[in-house]
Amino acid sequence: MKILLSHGDGGKLTHELVKNIFHRAFHNDHLQEEGDAAALTLASGNIMVSTDSYVISPMHFPGGNIGKLAITGTMNDLAVSGAIPQYITAGFILEEGLDMEELRGIVQSMAHTAQQAGVRLVAGDTKVVERGKGDGLYINTTGIGINRHPGRLAYSCIQPGDRILINGAIAEHTIAVLSARAGLEFSPPILSDCASLHSMIQSLLDQFHSIRFMRDPTRGGVATTLQEIALKTSLDLELYEEHLPVTDQVRGAVEILGLDPLYLANEGKVILIVGEQEADAVIKWMREKFDQQLAGVIGRVRKGQGKVWLKTAFGGTRRIEMLSGAPLPRIC
Amino acid sequence: MKVQSYRDPTLFSQLLEKAIPLLLEVRESLGRKIRMMEVCGTHTVSFSKTGVRELLSDFVELMSGPGCPVCVTDQTDLDRMISLGQQKGTMIATYGDMMKVPGTHSTLVQERANGVDVRMVNSATQALELAIEHPHHEVVFLGVGFETTAPSAALAIQRASRENIRNFSVYSAHKCTPPALEALIQAKHEIDGFLLPGHVSVIIGRKGWSFLERYNQPAVIGGFEPLDLLASTYILVKEMRKPRRQVVNHYRRMVKEDGNERAQQVLGEVFQPVSSQWRGFGMLPDSGLELKPFYRDQDAKFRFSWEAPRSRSVRGCRCGEVITGKLTPLSCGLFAKTCTPEKPLGPCMVSSEGTCSTYYFYERGGKP
Repeated sequence: MKILLSHGDGGKLTHELVKNIFHRAFHNDHLQEEGDAAALTLASGNIMVSTDSYVISPMHFPGGNIGKLAITGTMNDLAVSGAIPQYITAGFILEEGLDMEELRGIVQSMAHTAQQAGVRLVAGDTKVVERGKGDGLYINTTGIGINRHPGRLAYSCIQPGDRILINGAIAEHTIAVLSARAGLEFSPPILSDCASLHSMIQSLLDQFHSIRFMRDPTRGGVATTLQEIALKTSLDLELYEEHLPVTDQVRGAVEILGLDPLYLANEGKVILIVGEQEADAVIKWMREKFDQQLAGVIGRVRKGQGKVWLKTAFGGTRRIEMLSGAPLPRIC
Repeated sequence: MKVQSYRDPTLFSQLLEKAIPLLLEVRESLGRKIRMMEVCGTHTVSFSKTGVRELLSDFVELMSGPGCPVCVTDQTDLDRMISLGQQKGTMIATYGDMMKVPGTHSTLVQERANGVDVRMVNSATQALELAIEHPHHEVVFLGVGFETTAPSAALAIQRASRENIRNFSVYSAHKCTPPALEALIQAKHEIDGFLLPGHVSVIIGRKGWSFLERYNQPAVIGGFEPLDLLASTYILVKEMRKPRRQVVNHYRRMVKEDGNERAQQVLGEVFQPVSSQWRGFGMLPDSGLELKPFYRDQDAKFRFSWEAPRSRSVRGCRCGEVITGKLTPLSCGLFAKTCTPEKPLGPCMVSSEGTCSTYYFYERGGKP
């Protein structure tokens, strides 16, 4: 069974689609109301909202799919801002001809990811576009959360001497997607790191008081995220190449493809700027409580002019710039 | 030795300690820094990425050579490739690096936005697969590259011919690197030694460069790891001090004396040498690769006709001088001002292996 244009006309087929695929997966009272808006109750505190659209091709990749990503991506944007995600909404743009079972699988994956994260999907929408006018499926998700630590995480909190931390190996998501897109097979397969971070982040925020700032290094990778921090703070960031966690498998893949792992997207990573005194304890906490074995200190903050530097393993130093355009495999 | 050994910081430090007195001595005897040309774009990037360029900067001035395929492609070829997409029913298959290269009037990115069907591929084989999947389109693969990528284009051309895949053709702007290096040496130059491209050498072998010995030019074939870069520099400087210089193969783990004979055979079956226009060099005899008459059906230059576009480069763009080792990007008035990776005015700022792009990302802003 395929998605037809009639599945988007608001009639009988639309109702069946919503009932059989979406309601069945996201089952909760808010959705059962079937109103035009969901009435939500939020505990007192700062409300935070984040929205993101997912247009990834292919829809399935080693370690995840567009549905799982649509939940974790928006959850992580809230989490790194210090918020506990509570509710999520989802808008689906389906292309005529999309396989119904494929859609069902993706929606179930979304529901499972949301349930594990303790987040409820409270509103949604479905539209169908003609064949050729979409890429199978686009998803937009909006997350709503409560920030229990307002004002605690900000660029302005970052100070010279702070340490730059990351919770694990970089570049896995891009390599997983590229392998699916280009039909490259790695053995064993390189899996996307696509995962929800909010429980680890909340635990860190409760436990440690000198976490100044967090950001998930998605598009543009670690390099671009750090460049943004340097520009906003006018401080210099110094990275240690030797301490950047890159698995041997990813290293092999990026060398074949001629790509720089620093610029490749991650979907389950957080960069933390932490006071020097607590940096090692934060790493230990992530490793022991959350099994982030490759978590480590990758650099430090110092006075400067808003530049990012990389100290290479050979004692050289080079600038790191923001990503410009998509990273492209080499041809020479 | 495993590849990790070529990244061993301890070995690197030991070699650096050994090399510095010699580099110092040669610098003093020349009365200036040693001027070395890294011919290959991947070397340009490696020197910057590893920080080895900076570590050697007190002794060695590195100049880029004609080693980025996109950068040496002539403006007329670029304009023709871009205009191919405007022919009805064509699908352009190209390496990603070509997408943003500015032609006289447009780029492939711009053309794609205008509705031209442009697909990014990682190999000629992938372009051929597109032709099989889309039998009603004329798939044209933009053949830009050196001896490294030309063999895969040759294999795709042979397969298209053998399997009678009629909707696949190649616009060959492939080039051979030795003639460009010979042209450089014959012209007035101020380069003390050449670091020869590793990937090209895998195909043509050490033998492919033996003509350099006629000119008594110090030259080393080197790899891309930090220890390779340092050792190649050290060997090159040692070679400079000899009265008779040889082409040294310091990349023996990949490069054989005779190169990859199977790849050379395929190249010889499909392509024939032809005079070719290079950016920065002009016309160089026997430096291009055109399809042999037997493969005319797969030759886009014969399958399509177009009006010769009036090509011109951007005023002030000095890419031609950058790839001939006459200046570094830092001396170009457009560099990082009006010419940036977001809005490149010349090809050296576009390609990931272009010298200007490398300097933009790694060599601006002085030292920390």
